[in-house]
Amino acid sequence: MNEKTMRKAKFGAFLSRASVPMMFIIICALCIPIAGLSPNYLVNEIVTRMGRNSFLILSLLIPIMAGMGLNFGMTLGAMAGEIGLILVSDWQIVGIPGMVLAMIISVPISILLGLFCGKILNMAKGREMITSYIISYFINGVYQLVVLYLMGSVIPIKHGSIKLPRGYGIRNTVSLLNMRQHLDNLIPLNIKGVKVPVATFIVIAVLCLVIVWFRRTKLGQDMRAVGQDMEVARDAGINVERTRIISIIISTVLAGIGMVIYLQNMGNIATYSAHSQIGMFCIAALLVGGASVDKASIGNVFLGVILFHLMFIVAPRAGAYITGDSMIGEYFRVFVSYAVITIALVMYETNKRRVKSMEGERLRLDQEKEGKDE
Amino acid sequence: MNNGNAPLLEMRNIKKDFFGNQVLTDINLTVHEGEVVGLVGENGAGKSTLMRILFGADMIRETGGYGGEVLLNGQKVQFNSPFDAIEAGIGMVHQEFSLIPGFSTTENILLNREPVKKNLVSEVFGDRMNTLNRTMMDERAANAIEMMGVKVDRKMIISDMPVGHKQFTEIARELSKEQLKLLILDEPTAVLTEKEADALLESIRGMAKRGIAIIFITHRLQEIMAVCDKVVVMRDGYVVSEEASSNTSTAIITRQMVGRDVDQPASAASSDAEEKKDAPVILSVKRLWVDMPGETVRDVSLDVREGEILGIGGLAGQGKLGIPNGIMGLYPAGGTVVFEGKEIPLNSPRSCLDASFAFVSEDRRGVGLLLDESLEWNIAFPAMQIQNRFLKNYLGGLVKWRDEKAIKEVTDKYISELAIRCTSSKQKAKELSGGNQQKVCLAKAFALNPRMLFVSEPTRGIDVGAKALVLEALRRFNRENGVTVVIVSSELEELRSSCDRIAIVSGGRVAGVLPASSSVEELGELMLSQVI
Repeated sequence: MNEKTMRKAKFGAFLSRASVPMMFIIICALCIPIAGLSPNYLVNEIVTRMGRNSFLILSLLIPIMAGMGLNFGMTLGAMAGEIGLILVSDWQIVGIPGMVLAMIISVPISILLGLFCGKILNMAKGREMITSYIISYFINGVYQLVVLYLMGSVIPIKHGSIKLPRGYGIRNTVSLLNMRQHLDNLIPLNIKGVKVPVATFIVIAVLCLVIVWFRRTKLGQDMRAVGQDMEVARDAGINVERTRIISIIISTVLAGIGMVIYLQNMGNIATYSAHSQIGMFCIAALLVGGASVDKASIGNVFLGVILFHLMFIVAPRAGAYITGDSMIGEYFRVFVSYAVITIALVMYETNKRRVKSMEGERLRLDQEKEGKDE
Repeated sequence: MNNGNAPLLEMRNIKKDFFGNQVLTDINLTVHEGEVVGLVGENGAGKSTLMRILFGADMIRETGGYGGEVLLNGQKVQFNSPFDAIEAGIGMVHQEFSLIPGFSTTENILLNREPVKKNLVSEVFGDRMNTLNRTMMDERAANAIEMMGVKVDRKMIISDMPVGHKQFTEIARELSKEQLKLLILDEPTAVLTEKEADALLESIRGMAKRGIAIIFITHRLQEIMAVCDKVVVMRDGYVVSEEASSNTSTAIITRQMVGRDVDQPASAASSDAEEKKDAPVILSVKRLWVDMPGETVRDVSLDVREGEILGIGGLAGQGKLGIPNGIMGLYPAGGTVVFEGKEIPLNSPRSCLDASFAFVSEDRRGVGLLLDESLEWNIAFPAMQIQNRFLKNYLGGLVKWRDEKAIKEVTDKYISELAIRCTSSKQKAKELSGGNQQKVCLAKAFALNPRMLFVSEPTRGIDVGAKALVLEALRRFNRENGVTVVIVSSELEELRSSCDRIAIVSGGRVAGVLPASSSVEELGELMLSQVI
C-alpha cells in the first residue's frame, strides 16, 4: 500500500517534470504541418539557432547547481560581451581575432558585474530570481550611460560608422559585417543543403565537457552541496557566500563569451536591446527543455533549444496562415516565454508542497495500518 | 599520546548562565579513553548546554562564554568554533540531521573533506579546482562504515534513505575523521527502530574497543544500562549523580532525574478534582495525527472534561506540542475533534476560533504577538477580528470603526490583573520582557472569552516570579469563568501544581492519564515508557 503510493508519487513527479517538454512537442507537432515549411529549411534553421544560443543557455547551468535558481545574472555578462564587441569593431579588428579580443575584453567586465551581482544575491537568499531580474534592469541603466554618453566622450571611439552624429554615443545598430558568421564558417560543412557551424559546435562541445568536468571538481561538489542545503554546507566548513559568488561570476563570464558567439552569428548588434530579452529567452528555453528551478542538465539545454526555437519558427507561420496576420507570431513568442516561466515557477512551488503533504499522508497511512493490525 | 595518566577529557567546575539565569553550576565530568559515558536528565537539565560548551558552539560565545575549564589529555583547551573542536578530535552527532539530501552516503560522509587529485587547472586557479578522487572517497567511506559495524549502502541517496540510515551516515562521517577521539551522540536512538537501535549499541561497543570515548545522551535508560560504563545524571544544571552503571538501575536513575521534593503535597487544584470527575466530556479527540516537524503526534485519543484543567506533559520531541497545534489547525492533522457534540473541522484555524477555542502558542514572538504593535492592539486584535468586538457600527454596520475607548479599558484591565510591567498600554510588544510578553499573550486569549483555552509552554523562558503569576492567572481564569483549560508543558512540577489531571505523551501517543496527585515517579515512568 505504502510502496504503491510512493511509486505513484514518483511517477507523478516524473510526469510533472516531463509535462512542459511534452506540451511543446505537441504544439510543434500541430504547427509544423500548418506552417508548411520544407523540412530542409526547418533543419537548417534549428541547426543555426542551436549554434547561436546553446552557449548562452549553458551559462545558466552553474548557478542552478549552486542553488541560485534561474538567474538573470547572465544578462550582465551579455552586456559585457556587447561592450567588448563595440570596442573591437571600433578598433577594426576583424574575424576570429576580433571575436577572441572581444571575449577577452568582456571577461574582466563580467567578473566585476558578477561579483557585484553575487554579493547582492547573497543578501537576498531565496529570492535570487526576482532580485537578479531587477539587478539586470539596474545594470542596463549603467550600460546605457556608458554606451550612450561615455563612449565617444570619455572612452575614445574613432569610427563615424558606429558613433551617433552628435559626436558621442553609439548608434542603434553596430554592424559586425566583417565578423559575421566567421566562427560558424571556420570549418565549412554542408550536409544535403544543411549548413552546419562545425567550429561553433566544437566550442559548445568543449564547454559541455568543461561543465561535466567542473561537476567533478571540489568546487563543483561544494556548489552542489551549497545548492541543496546552505546550512549543512556551512556546518561542514564550506564558505557558502564565496561559493555562491563564484558560481555567479562563472555564469556572467560564460554569458559574455556566449553573447559574442550569438552576435557573430546575427551579424550586427542592436546596441540598446540585444541583451534585454536574452535572459528571458534563455531561461524559457531551458525550462522548455524540462529543467526546473533547482535542477537542470546539459540535456535540458539542447532539448530546450530545439523545442523552443522550433516553436519560434513554426508558430508565426502557422499563426499567419490561420489568422492572416503575421504579427501574431511575434506576439505568440513573447507570450509563450512568459507563460513557460510562470508555469515552471508554479510547478516548483506545488511540488514542494506536495512533498510536504506526502509526509502527512504517510502518517495517516501508518496509523490506519496499525489500526487494522490491532 | 596520553599525557601521563590524565583522562582524555576533563571538564572542571563548568558554569554557565544566560543573562543571569544560571543553567549550569559546577559541573565536573571526566571521560577516559574508550569509555562510554551515559548522560541523562530531563529536558532543560543542562545536557545540551554542557555539550555545546564542549563542542565550542558559537551560541555559547555569543551569550558571554562559560566559567571553569576544559582539559583534553591534561591540557587546557578553549574552542572558539566547532571547527576547533573537530580539529582537537571531538565529534558530535546532533539530533537534527546535518546531511545534504541529494548526495550519496559516501559524499555525505566525506563532505568538504573529499580526497582530491591535482590537475593543470588547479595549479593555476587554486585547490578548489582539484578533481575529486572517487575511488579514494569510496575507500574511506567504506572504512568508516566498517568501523561503525553497521551495513549502510554507500551509493544510496540520502533523501531515499530510512531515517535510521541517515543517523548511521552521520556517525560514519564522524568516524571518518582520523583525529576522532571523543564522540558525542545526542539522542542517536530517538529516530531508530528497535533493531537499528540494537545495531547502534553494538557499534558503540565496537567503537569503544577501538579506544574512542563516547558520550551518549539518551532518554532510553535501558540503553544506558546496556552499553555505558558510567552514568551521569543531571538535573537543573547540577550533576546529581555519577556512578558506574553496574551500581545503579533504571529505577534509581529515574528517581534521580525527576525526583526533586518527591514528598511535596500535590496540587492545590486537586482538592476539587474529585467533583470534576463526573463533569461531562466537553472536548473529545479521536485518533488524532499531526504532522508537526519534531513533534509528530500519532493516533492520540483524549477526552477533556468541562471546567477542568488538563495538563499534557512529556519530553521534548515526543509530540505534546503537536496536539494543540494540530487541533488549532496550525499544522496538517487528521482524526476527529468533537466539541460539545459538534465536530470541529481540522486544518482550519478559523473554525476553531469560531467554536470559541483560544490558543496561546509556545512560539510567542512568531505566532503569539504583533511585535511592532501596541499592547492595546495585541490584546484587542483577535477579538476584533473574530468576534467583531470593540467596534462601533455606523450606517447600519456598513462602516465599522474601532472603539478606542473600549480597547483601552480592556487593555488596562488586563495590565493590572496580570501585573504586566509596561510604561503604558500604548507600548510596543517587542519592548517587553519575555515574562510580560507571555502575559500579553494570555490577555489576548482571555479577551476572546473562550470556552476552551489551549496554553502551550506557558512558562518557557520566563523567570520564577512571572511563572507563578502566569499559572495563578490561568487557574483563576479557569475557576472564575468556568473555562476548560489544557496546559502543555515540559515541566512536571508545574503541571502537578496547577492541573486536575495530567496526560503524559510519549512517542507521539498518550502513554497514560493520571490524577495530578500522582507521584513524580509514576509520571516520570510514563514519560519514558514509549520514547522513540
